Amino acid sequence: MDRTVTALIARKEMHDALRNRWFLLYSLAFAALALALSRLSLGGAGVAGFAGFGRTAASLVNLVLLVVPLMGLTLGAASVAAERENGTLATLLAQPVTRLEVLLGKYLGLGLALVASLSLGFGLAGAIIAVLGGALDAGGYVRLVGFAVLLAAANLSVGLLVSVASGRAGAANGVALFTWLGFVFFGDLGLMGTALALRLNAGDLFLVTIANPLAVYKIAAVSAITGTLDALGPAGVYATRTFGNWLPALLVAVLALWAVVPLVAAGVVLERRGVR
Amino acid sequence: MIEVRDLVVRFGRTRAVDGVSFGAAAGESLALWGDNGAGKTTILRAVLGLLPHGGEIRLAGRDLRRDGRRARAQVGYVPQQLALYDDLTAIGYLRYVAGLRRQPAAAAAPLLARVGLADEAAKPVGALSGGMKQRLALAAALVGDPPVLVLDEPTASLDATARADFLRLLALLHASGKTMLVTSHRLEEVATLADRVLVLEGGRVRLACPASDLAAALRIEMTLRLLLAEGDVGPALGMLADRGYAARRNGHGVLVRVRAGERATPLRILTDGGIGVTDFTLEDSGWIER
Repeated sequence: MDRTVTALIARKEMHDALRNRWFLLYSLAFAALALALSRLSLGGAGVAGFAGFGRTAASLVNLVLLVVPLMGLTLGAASVAAERENGTLATLLAQPVTRLEVLLGKYLGLGLALVASLSLGFGLAGAIIAVLGGALDAGGYVRLVGFAVLLAAANLSVGLLVSVASGRAGAANGVALFTWLGFVFFGDLGLMGTALALRLNAGDLFLVTIANPLAVYKIAAVSAITGTLDALGPAGVYATRTFGNWLPALLVAVLALWAVVPLVAAGVVLERRGVR
Repeated sequence: MIEVRDLVVRFGRTRAVDGVSFGAAAGESLALWGDNGAGKTTILRAVLGLLPHGGEIRLAGRDLRRDGRRARAQVGYVPQQLALYDDLTAIGYLRYVAGLRRQPAAAAAPLLARVGLADEAAKPVGALSGGMKQRLALAAALVGDPPVLVLDEPTASLDATARADFLRLLALLHASGKTMLVTSHRLEEVATLADRVLVLEGGRVRLACPASDLAAALRIEMTLRLLLAEGDVGPALGMLADRGYAARRNGHGVLVRVRAGERATPLRILTDGGIGVTDFTLEDSGWIER
């Protein structure tokens, strides 16, 4: 693999993403909501300190769970499918480049754009916490941001797989939106319904939970903020007892798998499908 | 320079290309001719490694499947659909392609000048005319000076003037020794660019012949539009019918079906018969012998 070519494609993808109106809109919305939630959470408390930070961080987690997967999925979904539709994919793949270089370049470029967007939102929120006197648990906050980056990477990877498998950009966007809905639904109501219907024990419930990257992020974020998973009920208690100090590493590994496996699958699909 | 053996491309259960073999020597220009759906573009895309395929393809001695990157480095591609990155500038686009082809960015400016776009360097690609985009696509195909050019209907989207300009550019490149693989359904394009022609039908090679023999081999028909004085149309139709030509009225003139090699004959018949032809145009009408 030629890293220069991958970096060149990554630069162009990042440049394109930062000019993408939808991405800019999502980024601005994320930054504005992060800012507003931080301000309201701290201002409404009437007190400063760790309680204020915990409330702000919890608000940010809910915001991340909704917005970040949507950004990652739609950005990834538009990438290859749009190029296939307008014909530039054929021109690109006709150059002396490999499909791996093209996919990795796209992934890195779009990933960096997502990191820039998340940095803006979390940066503003962090600044508000610091200015309004909320005691910032810097380590917990950095872990929160790190998990959000991993969540974005996972959803970007899924978005790229959708994009490679789709013939048209509109179809890819539609599938990406349904995937987002599916993740959100099965991270909450669907999971509760499944647990009730199948009478899952705590261990099985935890396994089903971590099959959804959004749920993995939620567990990781709660763990980063509070240091305990008691708030998540039996599955949380099971996870803490079973995995102990290894739990964060396990959650990082699961999110990393979500970031890698769909990307590998996208490579296989692109190889088999070509520019069709 | 180009070797294709037993090429098969499937779309689902359909064999879009079915066991096609051909080759092009260094400096030779080979045209793929055929109706829409005959397999021309599919073959080009397979030759570039853009579609999964069966059979063997070698470019400048390199196996496309085993050594795709190096094989594609030997080829410049001008697509039919002008698919460029519209928000890059013309020079920016060429620099990007130069980077992908591992060539210095400095290679871009001379190539723009070579295709006559030096003054458009700072313009966004999206603001260029169709003819300019086509020339930019050619400049991109020439980055790194590859020995092989693959051109898919290179003048399909151009008007008559731009087409003539572009054909002149391509003819110069062919004269400079480039090996060319070009798809076309225009007789004058094949006559200008190609040394040999493969006639495709249903994904198979139906006929291979020198480009100069194509019109005769396929008995290609054309439509001749003759503009006449109003009072001459009736007698002209009669004269042409007497000599066996299928002709009909069209406004102030007549339309006549003619075969390649006898395109001037209707003009001579009418002139000899005392009918003045004010103007004429000629259009491809496809081939009649299948």
